[in-house]
Amino acid sequence: MSDHAANGHSDSFEVRILRQDAPGESSYWERHRVEHEPDMNVISVMQRVAARAQSADGKPVAPVAWDCNCLEEVCGACTMVINGQARQACTALVDKLLDEQPAEIELQPMQKFPVLRDLVVDRSRLFRALTRVKGWVPVDGSYDLGPGPRQSRTEQEVAYPLSQCMSCGCCLDACPQYTKIELTPGVDESAADFAARQEQTHDSAFLGAHAISQTVLFNSHPTGKVNAGERLDVLMDEGGLQICGNAQNCVAVCPKEIPLTTSIARAGRATTFRLLERWFEK
Amino acid sequence: MANQRVLVIGGGLAGLAAAMKLAELGTPVDLMSLTPVKRSHSVCAQGGINSCNDQTRQLGDSEWKHLDDTVYGGDFLQHQPPVKEMAYAAPKIIDLMDRLGVTFNRTQEGFLDHRRFGGTLYKRTAFAGATTGQQLLYALDEQVRRYEADGLINKYEYWDFLSPIRDDAGVCRGAVAQNLMTMEIRSFAADVVIVASGGPGLVYGRSTMSMVCTGSAVSRCFQQGAKYGNGEFIQVHPTAIPGADKLRLMSESARGEGGRVWVPRKPNDSRAPQDIPTAERYYFLEERYPEYGNLVPRDIATREIFDICVNDGLSVEADRQCVYLDLTHIPRAELDRKLGGILEIYEKFQGVDPRDFPMKIFPAVHYSMGGLWVDYQKSAEGGLEAGSPRNQSTGIPGLYAIGECDYQYHGGNRLGANSLLSCIFSGLFVAPCVQSAMEAQQGSAADQPASLYENARQDKQSEHDALLNQAAGGENPYLLHQELGALMTRAATVVRRNDQLTEAYEKLGELAERSRNCSLSDSGAWTNQNVVFTKALKDMFPIAKSIVRGALNRDECRGAHYKPEFAFSGLESEEPAERHHQAEAWCDRFEKNTEKWLKSSVASWDGENPQIAYEEVDTSLIPPRPRLYGLVGGEVIEQVWAERMARRHGESGNGAPQESSQAAPSTT
Ligand SMILES: Cc1cc2nc3c(=O)[nH]c(=O)nc-3n(C[C@H](O)[C@H](O)[C@H](O)COP(=O)(O)OP(=O)(O)OC[C@H]3O[C@@H](n4cnc5c(N)ncnc54)[C@H](O)[C@@H]3O)c2cc1C
Ligand code: SF4
Ligand code: SF4
Ligand code: FES
Repeated sequence: MSDHAANGHSDSFEVRILRQDAPGESSYWERHRVEHEPDMNVISVMQRVAARAQSADGKPVAPVAWDCNCLEEVCGACTMVINGQARQACTALVDKLLDEQPAEIELQPMQKFPVLRDLVVDRSRLFRALTRVKGWVPVDGSYDLGPGPRQSRTEQEVAYPLSQCMSCGCCLDACPQYTKIELTPGVDESAADFAARQEQTHDSAFLGAHAISQTVLFNSHPTGKVNAGERLDVLMDEGGLQICGNAQNCVAVCPKEIPLTTSIARAGRATTFRLLERWFEK
Repeated sequence: MANQRVLVIGGGLAGLAAAMKLAELGTPVDLMSLTPVKRSHSVCAQGGINSCNDQTRQLGDSEWKHLDDTVYGGDFLQHQPPVKEMAYAAPKIIDLMDRLGVTFNRTQEGFLDHRRFGGTLYKRTAFAGATTGQQLLYALDEQVRRYEADGLINKYEYWDFLSPIRDDAGVCRGAVAQNLMTMEIRSFAADVVIVASGGPGLVYGRSTMSMVCTGSAVSRCFQQGAKYGNGEFIQVHPTAIPGADKLRLMSESARGEGGRVWVPRKPNDSRAPQDIPTAERYYFLEERYPEYGNLVPRDIATREIFDICVNDGLSVEADRQCVYLDLTHIPRAELDRKLGGILEIYEKFQGVDPRDFPMKIFPAVHYSMGGLWVDYQKSAEGGLEAGSPRNQSTGIPGLYAIGECDYQYHGGNRLGANSLLSCIFSGLFVAPCVQSAMEAQQGSAADQPASLYENARQDKQSEHDALLNQAAGGENPYLLHQELGALMTRAATVVRRNDQLTEAYEKLGELAERSRNCSLSDSGAWTNQNVVFTKALKDMFPIAKSIVRGALNRDECRGAHYKPEFAFSGLESEEPAERHHQAEAWCDRFEKNTEKWLKSSVASWDGENPQIAYEEVDTSLIPPRPRLYGLVGGEVIEQVWAERMARRHGESGNGAPQESSQAAPSTT
């Protein structure tokens, strides 16, 4: 294991994990010890922790729950707060983390979403925002109607980065204006009623940088434009663009390096025009 | 019929395409997935999606040639009518995805740009940067969200499909599933269930596939009576980045742009690669294949890299198998321009810059050609009969399969960029077929007795409770999974030997037995991933056994299935007459082998073991011919074969693509 020894890391390291057994319950820290292996990322750390099912002091504990899928930073599933920063566990390399903060890695669930268990959170609000902004191209249907509108290389080069948003929510976790909403089901409330109440609450809360950026993506698509006015109206409605304080935290943490503040600025200009347009329509 | 619903299991490209099309046709859909559908494995696909296009057409390409490349690449093991239908639908599918807003790369003039992929001479592959799968999936996810907003689609995300529900007559009437967060188990009534659950990479431990690719949904259908086709055909990609958690794909373009593969000549040489002088480096592909060098076909590259590590013991690292893929001789600027995206992936995960240090790579399990057996109905034109309830049906009335989890489109070996196509195609195509099936159905799911659903739920609930409460048996499911992965990777990937397969099959029996004694380290009532994983692990064994049993039975080489003992070597003689004579013998042997083995394996589950039967393959459109790429004397064999076919079929017809007016409808 010459390379990590050269980096000054020892043969094992400690992982401090903020755990929670179920929604609404209190959280607690637990320490785990993991053997160092070459090329480890936080996912492989979690796999070792799950297989061992023992805390650092040798006590049998339930495996830590966490979310992941692609392990290539394209699915957006594995977001967690690692050494204090919301990021993807699959691209968080252990050697780099240990360089940042020696001997120990600290893992917490995302802070702006309700915890379901351990590092698993409920991000349905994030997806709901995509419905709110009508994040789709309103085609006539899937019948064979020939190719799509011709687009220049430049248009593609502007749209492509925006369309790489993987709904991970790092930008939301880092945003001071995006506040956590956690509802608890009523005693007699059915699952469906609870879901509906949740949706309603989410619909008036801040959309978030990812959804604002998606409006820019669809409003610049030749066919997507058809709904541009409606999308802008959503941005001007409760929970819309006006909540953004332009703190720019979002763009700094986006793992896909999406130009979020550029999108926010473009959306800002478009809503101003929309306001005038609405005023003249009166 | 009013109130009829379809349940789609899986929201990758195939499941989303089916859900979208059904909703468009007015059928309400329940869409179930282990992950939010937007996080499905399809997002991993980088390279692109194939279709004949306006440019290739003017260079002589056609849908027929796409069909031909696909069946030739698949070593003729797939039924040709479904492949034909897919190839002819491909250009329309690209148009559709373009209209849905996929950010495909563009030419200067604003048309779709294309690149060339393996197994064809044409630039057929449309792509969106290095994230084509992600972009295609998002476009379908967006349309599904639109129908969801209209109330036609209901999503059940974070649900694990546990079993189809079959009534007394065997008809599938819905499914039992479990919520991964609350652990609730419930029944879903459905008039048709479509399984679109993707590939089984986790059966091999680590692969290039995503973590939910356990094959569990397929296995659960298999155990309930569906059949499993061509299980032994597993594609191994030559170049992946070995990781402790996953084997990540390194695109073929790295070799295309001049990457050189080598190992130190001295076993376990501990020097840094840059300190090893050229004379002490073994560029084994270049030495062994002077003609093709590093760009030998995929299967050959895979076998050679495997061989150099496993049999010659020349792996770069002592405790882990890998070889160097070296780009450091190419100027940085050129690398950035041509390979920027994929080099960043390496850098991101390995923390090493491949512009300065050679990459370490090794072959990895990548794709399963095998999957649930499905039916089809051939049309008069040699394609599929649109809207026939037989298309994509598993043979269990009411249960359908599409996407990577069906066995239909890729035969013995899949061509790059053909899978995204088959997923979207089968998803769109199945919708009207399912509708006809519902129209013809006796009684709807809504008319079934409540007890059918309640009993099915209770069965699964008791299994779940028993698993949670079972006495600690001492087996750790995660470690058992590692054992399974190591066993499968050793015995049933690149090079297969009957003694190893026999032994592996026995070992699988033992591991399956041990998996019944797993100790669960988690008794939590919320998000208990331990119990969900243990269930998936147990369900890996029927698939693993089908793969190994199928491989053991198949005494030949075809597509991705390679047994050295049965390989056809090239021609030895240099003397023309003798060479010709040898070529004749080679062709005789080829024909005999085709006669014996050009058959799909179709497994059914007897509760403990797969029972394998064989099915004739419909090769009515393009007669099978030898795949000769890189074989010594290939030209002579090709010539002898052509003469033989000409004699047999009168005037022309060497087995190469023939666009006969009867087989290919004219396109206007
Ligand atoms: C790294 C990589 C690169 C690739 N690149 C290309 C390429 O460039 N071109 C190409 O054509 N092909 C490529 N492929 C292959 C292609 O990506 C896949 O074959 C294809 O995406 C599979 O799509 P699918 O819809 O069948 O399934 P998936 O996308 O795998 O989706 C399966 C769905 O089923 C759900 N599911 C699974 N089990 C259950 C269960 N028990 N209960 C409920 N839901 C379940 C999952 O949650 C998911 O939603 C690549 C593959 C890999 C691994
Ligand atoms: S710029 Fe707006 S959206 Fe981004 S972090 Fe700041 S407040 Fe949040
Ligand atoms: S904008 Fe970036 S950080 Fe935000 S959800 Fe999308 S990918 Fe994640
Ligand atoms: S697992 Fe998909 S982004 Fe990390």
